[in-house]
Amino acid sequence: MVRGVVAPRAMNEIAFGPLGVDPAAWWELFVHFALLSLLAIGGAITTVSDMQRFVVGQKGWLSDAEFSGSVALAQAAPGPNLLFVAVIGFNAAGLVGVFVTLLGSLLPSTALALSAARWGATRRDQRPVRAFREGLAPVTIGLMLATSWVLTEPARTSWGTWPLVALTLWFMLRTRRSPLWPIAVGAAAGVAGWV
Amino acid sequence: VAERPGPRSPAELYTAFNRLALQGFGGVLPVAQRELVERRGWMTKAEFVELLSLGQVLPGPNIVNMALIYGDRHFGWRGAAAALGGLMLAPLAIVLVLAIGVRQGADVPAVAGALRGMGVVAAGLVLATAIKLAGALKGNVLGRGWCVAIVAAIALTVGLLRWPLAFCLLGIGTLAWCAAWWRLEP
Repeated sequence: MVRGVVAPRAMNEIAFGPLGVDPAAWWELFVHFALLSLLAIGGAITTVSDMQRFVVGQKGWLSDAEFSGSVALAQAAPGPNLLFVAVIGFNAAGLVGVFVTLLGSLLPSTALALSAARWGATRRDQRPVRAFREGLAPVTIGLMLATSWVLTEPARTSWGTWPLVALTLWFMLRTRRSPLWPIAVGAAAGVAGWV
Repeated sequence: VAERPGPRSPAELYTAFNRLALQGFGGVLPVAQRELVERRGWMTKAEFVELLSLGQVLPGPNIVNMALIYGDRHFGWRGAAAALGGLMLAPLAIVLVLAIGVRQGADVPAVAGALRGMGVVAAGLVLATAIKLAGALKGNVLGRGWCVAIVAAIALTVGLLRWPLAFCLLGIGTLAWCAAWWRLEP
């Protein structure tokens, strides 16, 4: 859940190359992303450096700027962070790339998650499963604190950062409105250069 | 157990996860907590933390794992597919349109600034969610002292020291698991 922080860069500076790689590469793309899927404890973002090594360094399907542009673009859009994988696939190999990278990233982890959950559900009351539930709860809360801290990293030196965090906290703890409101305020503050 | 509302059909699961995914800029987790626990009342805080723990420890995106497992619990594989589709399809379409826009040379000069600001707010959102969910630790078998120690150890090693997540999960997670196992002794 701790996301690697990708330095946002001006996306208008990024020139994307022509779409497409040869079909044999689709299989390679699939296999590589499928392998990473099983290593992605904490989410696909934790394997981003290896994806970059493969797609940019080894294969040259994307340039460095295209790669980080892809990740940043997905972070700006709504939805699970995993979608950055689809943007990388798209920029490397068009719509086929989207299909191949998403399927590769999802298939192995999905199969594992569903079988593990079903296994656990039938043993809910057994001591090891109960201990897992109880023991991992504080770990999960701790990870959220860690994620929160890591997310402030690119903006920690700006004066506007801490008031904005405080405002968001107040909004979330004291009102019942959608988080879209503070997100919009944050985007505006960022555009205005306050953070 | 039966009084709590839950999804009545895979279609309702799809709608719920679609709605929360579309509000999830910079991370879906805080919205998921707000929608599933606070607004719809489909889960208690403790159940949310439990699902998230499971999603966390398993490889793959936490929120995706969570959606799959929750959907599967209610409607089997149809539920898992509905929750996953709700979470992914519309956001995927949006992100692809954006990607095509950027390829065609759309000029987005303010995006870097907006992203930085949204990142700061996302930090606040996750922090608020952690504070709310900490309430779920009250009845924990580990007791207050252990809970605080584990939360602090993870926040310190993963957040401040940036040690590899898998390593910390394995180390501190196993310790927490053993401590809970020991404490559960009848």
